Amino acid sequence: MAGMRDIKRRIRSIKSTQQITKAMKMVAAAKLRRAQEKVTQARPYAKRVQGVLSRLVAAVQDVNHPLLETRDVKHTGYVIVTADRGLCGGYNGNIIRKVHQDVKGRNDVSLVCVGRKGRDFFRRTGKKIEAEYVGLGEDITYAMAKEIAGKVMALYQEGVFDKVELVFTEFFSALTQKPIQMQLLPIPSPSGEAAGDDGNGVGPLYEFEPSAEAVLSELLPRYVENQIYRALLESKASEQGARMTAMGSATDNAKEMIDKLTLSFNRARQAAITKEISEVVGGAAALG
Amino acid sequence: MANQTYLLEVVTPERVVVNEEVEVTSAPGTEGSLGILADHAPMLTALNIGLLEYGKHGENKKLTITGGFLEVANNKVTVLATAAEKVQEIDLSRAEAARRRAEQRIEKAQTGNSEVDIDRAEMALKRALLRLEAAKHNQ
Repeated sequence: MAGMRDIKRRIRSIKSTQQITKAMKMVAAAKLRRAQEKVTQARPYAKRVQGVLSRLVAAVQDVNHPLLETRDVKHTGYVIVTADRGLCGGYNGNIIRKVHQDVKGRNDVSLVCVGRKGRDFFRRTGKKIEAEYVGLGEDITYAMAKEIAGKVMALYQEGVFDKVELVFTEFFSALTQKPIQMQLLPIPSPSGEAAGDDGNGVGPLYEFEPSAEAVLSELLPRYVENQIYRALLESKASEQGARMTAMGSATDNAKEMIDKLTLSFNRARQAAITKEISEVVGGAAALG
Repeated sequence: MANQTYLLEVVTPERVVVNEEVEVTSAPGTEGSLGILADHAPMLTALNIGLLEYGKHGENKKLTITGGFLEVANNKVTVLATAAEKVQEIDLSRAEAARRRAEQRIEKAQTGNSEVDIDRAEMALKRALLRLEAAKHNQ
């Protein structure tokens, strides 16, 4: 009898867990849609900045700008984008592991952490964190990216970093996201291929106003800001995608467990009934 | 005279604001305002904070932009703005509030409060004033 009660209680508890995971899945799906939309809306700008930059670099001989110049790498900075919250499968783990492999045991690195999960991990492992941005929320704005980029560029220009790597999760679909790492600073010289795909082609010679150098020094910070903006958006979409998938499979698992438990509950009930009948029958036989 | 048209695109990091055929564009360049008609020579310029006007058949539309770039290439004008707002979308009360906030901040900075970034506050004030003026013009 006690068996039956226990099973019943477990089924109830799993059911309420299932309700939670189901709700989380649906919420993540809705947020994913919004995050994806933002990624798509940000693409035209990113493409054009890239295009303008590469045409500009092509047009200006001997480009000289602090953000472009390669220095001897004595100290590397990592900008790592993670989520503030867990329950999203391997999302945070994947990206943290990738960075950890690179930085563990090294003293010539420090970090800029975006997102609580990454910050907590690297704080525990005792890495130096130059700046941290947690609690950015669901709605990523360009102003946030601007602030982060400003800080990173300042650190680079002060000579705290000689090279900056940006690590974030690229969004492919709700099922696949991949952690990727790219060099943020010094800005790698743009490839010729990227120049063509905003439809303007490698343009003819330009007139610059006020001068090519002035335009370049305006444009480069925008480029860095935009890279970070894109990283934030992609990461956000990935996080929601990963959460949706993780919560989807949690809901499925809960269903499976409930089915199994229901089966054993029914079996236990049947056994109890059979036992009772046989007791009644046995009792009647003894009387007769 | 039937003016020729060309494609004008205004893009911000967050969205595409304008994508249409226009006859004329006037933009706040860093070296002064500049007007662009069809078949303009290729150029690339930085923009100031200000009003961007564009239109065709004498109907002009206005945008406030807060800095960015303008590129002319292959008879197509691309404006990469840090932020852009159509004048009719401007929220007057919000702009007014922003102006007051910025003014207060500048005052604080002048009384020696080092926590306030005066450059940023001045930029914010400029933006707010631009919005207000543009919106009033429109009414």
